[in-house]
Amino acid sequence: MKIDRREVLVVGAGAAALASLPLTAMAQDGAAEKTADELIAEFTGGAEVAEGDGVTLTAPEIAENGNTVPISVEAEGASEILVLAPGNPTPPVATFKFGELAGAHMASTRIRLAETQDVVAVAKLADGSFVRTSSNVKVTIGGCGG
Amino acid sequence: MADNVKPRVRVPKTASKDEVIQIKTLISHPMESGQRKDKDGNVIPRSIINRFHVTFNGTDVLDVAMDPAISTNPYFEFEAKVPESGEFVFTWYDDDGSVYEDKHSVEVS
Repeated sequence: MKIDRREVLVVGAGAAALASLPLTAMAQDGAAEKTADELIAEFTGGAEVAEGDGVTLTAPEIAENGNTVPISVEAEGASEILVLAPGNPTPPVATFKFGELAGAHMASTRIRLAETQDVVAVAKLADGSFVRTSSNVKVTIGGCGG
Repeated sequence: MADNVKPRVRVPKTASKDEVIQIKTLISHPMESGQRKDKDGNVIPRSIINRFHVTFNGTDVLDVAMDPAISTNPYFEFEAKVPESGEFVFTWYDDDGSVYEDKHSVEVS
């Protein structure tokens, strides 16, 4: 079989298109699969995170249905609170930013948990320092479909 | 666009000056996480509300960045201070570009 210039060009273009596909797909996966630690580092800008005092995370000890787990975060004077579920396929849950007219700096919502895990909350306090806390939630039925 | 998206908000109608009031919001939305698969094993694409923003007379109260781990029919409960009579504006931003808005006035006596 004779391969002329035209055919070589067509085959080459196809191969190039194929090669570029997996690359972009991988890049997107990478963005979605940041670990909890990376997300915390991004949130704090690398600043040190103290344990405990200043931020409260209220979550049930046992959640029968991982599809809707009520949680509540509170941190007095905090400007932002980041909530993470490191055991989920995608760890970020929500970031709460409190404005000037926020009352107590608290918020409640309902979240999905895929499995039993420690839910993490990191708060940025008024003085710019960061504190974190975590709460273990036992999940009977995971909430991510599957 | 997700069907039948309906915001429901509970705000007291009256308050005293600088009172901290409790607000509850719920919006009906499937919050498709992008993790689930249909019968044939195809991933159902993500379709969620990714931001919830509350202002009072134009001043920020709460701004939430939401990820797929927020449950179906996202519910939020929080507190706000009312310095004067005015209007709360609640805005939800959908992945598909839709914006849902609800407004509630509070009378300060």
